[in-house]
Amino acid sequence: MLRLEKRPTPSRFWLYATPPVAVILTMVAGGILFATMGKNPFEVIRTIFWDPLFGPFAFYLRGQLLVKAGPLILIAIGLALGFRAGIWNIGAEGQYIMGAIFGASVGLAVFPTESRWIFPVMILAGAFGGWLWAMIPAILKTKFNTNEILVSLMLVYVAQTILAKAATGFLKNPEGMGFPGSRNFSGYPAAQNAYLYEPLGLHWGGVAALVTAVLAYVLLTRHQAGFQIRLAGQAPRAARFHGVNPVRLVVLCMGISGALAGLAGLFEVAGPAGQITIDFNTGYGFTAIIVAFLGRLNPLGIVLAGFLMALTYVGGEMAATSLGLPTAAIQVFQGMLLFFLLAVDVLTNYRFRLAVGAH
Amino acid sequence: MTRPELLRVEGITKAYPGVVANSDVSFSIGEGEIHALLGENGAGKSTMVKMIYGLVRPDSGVMTLRGAGYAPSKPAEARRLGVAMVFQHFSLFEALNVAENVALGMESPPPMRELAARIRAVSEEYGLPLDPSRMVGDLSAGERQRVEIIRCLLQDPKLLIMDEPTSVLTPQEVEILFKTLRQLAREGTAILYISHKLEEIKGLCDEATILRRGKVVATCTPRERTAREMAELMVGQALKTPERRLAAKGEVALGVSDLSVESPIPFGTALKGISFTVAKGEVLGIAGVAGNGQDELLLALSGELKAAPDKVRVLSQPVGDLGPVERRRAGLVAAPEDRYGHAAAPDMSLVENAFLTAGVRKGLTKNGFVDWSGTRAFAEEIIAAYDVRTPGPDVAARALSGGNLQKFLMGRELMQGASVIVINQPTWGVDAAAAAQIRQSILDRAGEGAALVVISQDLDELLEVADSFAVLNEGRLTRPRPTEGLTMDEIGLMMGGAHGMEVAHHAG
Repeated sequence: MLRLEKRPTPSRFWLYATPPVAVILTMVAGGILFATMGKNPFEVIRTIFWDPLFGPFAFYLRGQLLVKAGPLILIAIGLALGFRAGIWNIGAEGQYIMGAIFGASVGLAVFPTESRWIFPVMILAGAFGGWLWAMIPAILKTKFNTNEILVSLMLVYVAQTILAKAATGFLKNPEGMGFPGSRNFSGYPAAQNAYLYEPLGLHWGGVAALVTAVLAYVLLTRHQAGFQIRLAGQAPRAARFHGVNPVRLVVLCMGISGALAGLAGLFEVAGPAGQITIDFNTGYGFTAIIVAFLGRLNPLGIVLAGFLMALTYVGGEMAATSLGLPTAAIQVFQGMLLFFLLAVDVLTNYRFRLAVGAH
Repeated sequence: MTRPELLRVEGITKAYPGVVANSDVSFSIGEGEIHALLGENGAGKSTMVKMIYGLVRPDSGVMTLRGAGYAPSKPAEARRLGVAMVFQHFSLFEALNVAENVALGMESPPPMRELAARIRAVSEEYGLPLDPSRMVGDLSAGERQRVEIIRCLLQDPKLLIMDEPTSVLTPQEVEILFKTLRQLAREGTAILYISHKLEEIKGLCDEATILRRGKVVATCTPRERTAREMAELMVGQALKTPERRLAAKGEVALGVSDLSVESPIPFGTALKGISFTVAKGEVLGIAGVAGNGQDELLLALSGELKAAPDKVRVLSQPVGDLGPVERRRAGLVAAPEDRYGHAAAPDMSLVENAFLTAGVRKGLTKNGFVDWSGTRAFAEEIIAAYDVRTPGPDVAARALSGGNLQKFLMGRELMQGASVIVINQPTWGVDAAAAAQIRQSILDRAGEGAALVVISQDLDELLEVADSFAVLNEGRLTRPRPTEGLTMDEIGLMMGGAHGMEVAHHAG
């Protein structure tokens, strides 16, 4: 019989081997899933993982990778800081929406004024909107000891309702001939998050994601606040003994993750999406949770994980359109990745051992 | 006097990954015999009794009970065959009463009323006063132990295993327990008594098996040996008594006045009007049975619990409302009892654990950034000075044995050059040689002019290091008295005598 046994020290090998092993297991299990749906599993896997990089449309799809990876990375880094501290913000999707609404509102309020300050102020407003939305679960947790998982998650649905209201009401395009949705920022250069280098899909959101990754890495490994975040997650009582104020830590971590999700929302609405619509959010806030864990809650790992996840997004869309695969199958495929990751992750701290034959 | 043999253990070996807990251990216990299993922490005593109680299976070797083969596969089987055990850590539900707790441990408990009557009867018979309707959360540690003992006695055991039973008792309660154990032995129940306290074993036990590093190194009759002889058998080397460097007492370094705080721990003990002072060069020893406010006092001194500013003063600076960081800056460091998760983060490396408390006083941060190379140097310094056995400073704290980690954590606090050092249980779970070394460094710091507060449940330890002595009892601290000239009887009375004795008169 197999038995799990705790390792004296976490295995460094499995710490790094876990993500690739999980990806391979996902391909195998996903392949079986696709085969039972009557598709050629090899063709589907190739379409998802190979074609976006080297296929016939790669010139366009490669740019899409950073467009999708940017917000995922930005949100996931914020979440990872909280997860490291044992603070579970599951509602990044809502903070992402609120960031977009706040940022877009500022831009649309001053339409059609032209000033170089409009876009920077929109960025601040976007971060503020996400921060504000994250402060609700943070303050409820610190004041009334509520569960931040439930509160932040439920606030996603509140945010979606506000989004619908914005698209059909207070941010609706007055020249939209009655259709829901705001003005499009592509027609308003001062407020637009334009591509800096289109072949790579690079806009300010991508820049922010990569800079944030480096800053977060330095914070976690070199700065006292990063030490406190890690300590609070691993040994809460030791953190209090060290001198960490748990209330301040909750507010800090929720605030950072909320602000980063808000930023991602703003860059999206002013850039690739272009406008506030009812279905503006596409689940980046939830997928970022997978990205955070896939990247081992390590900012540099998250960058890689973000690109991998973007690949399944872009390749998944390809598979959906060219092979007629339902989008739900793609989502199952992405979910499998988290499942296998968490399952294989056990091996970092535990090892299998054959139970000694008992008499 | 020869007794019919009850339990024989022959050639028992048990290995865990990386360590052999027991190697070819043999001994035997007669009916009605009180047999001591003696050894330092990590000598393999606990593993041995877990095998007898069916919690762990031996890799090889045989056991016989009354001549028949005995290989219990689970504790229930051991209990059915007449083997019962009282653990060092109790498994009781605080929110249930005594009778309910006893019922939970039984396979088919009788109706509550009948059970309560039986508990009363047994407690009367063996002089262990206990009211079956009381809530366990309200009981002292000594009373909780009685619940565990009575739970065992209701099964009418042939062999009763007791794992370090006296560590939670006052001297008076120890006497009551010993009386009960002797009575049980007279009635024919064998007792396997695990301890490292030699005076107790001399007074109580008929035979002793001494373990060192998993092997039997000697068997002896404790009455015929001196405590020192047995200690040296146990440790395997001659023991050195710490020496005290006398320092002139200086001005008051730590002053606590009328400190009262609620406990943050469920069923914890609130501190009530604690007052004392400790001068430079002085060691104040604080005794008391576990659960009388020791953890809370440590939290209130370390800064994890706050109070009004002038309730705690360090070098006459009020620090009562300051957190741990500011108190360290003011010159006070503290070492909590629980190593895994409180004093140290088990999954972090020794370097990171060094930073945990030493960052402030050793100046290991610059503009909020951690000076990891400086921290590593400090961790290496501790490892060298305190002889911490570790492959290096980068291993996780949890990979160290309890004693080694304790040495590291003691070194971490003692090497920061603090003026006030508060330690809860400095040598808990540490082998005798290392314990002597830790006590020596406590005395050395005092000799250099630091003020120390040592909270401990080991009276011998306190008498060895403390200049003055006080007792925590139900959250109140007695007035500190000079250690010199204190007798065990006086200490026992300061500790509140035997808890819960009044119940005996109501019972029945």
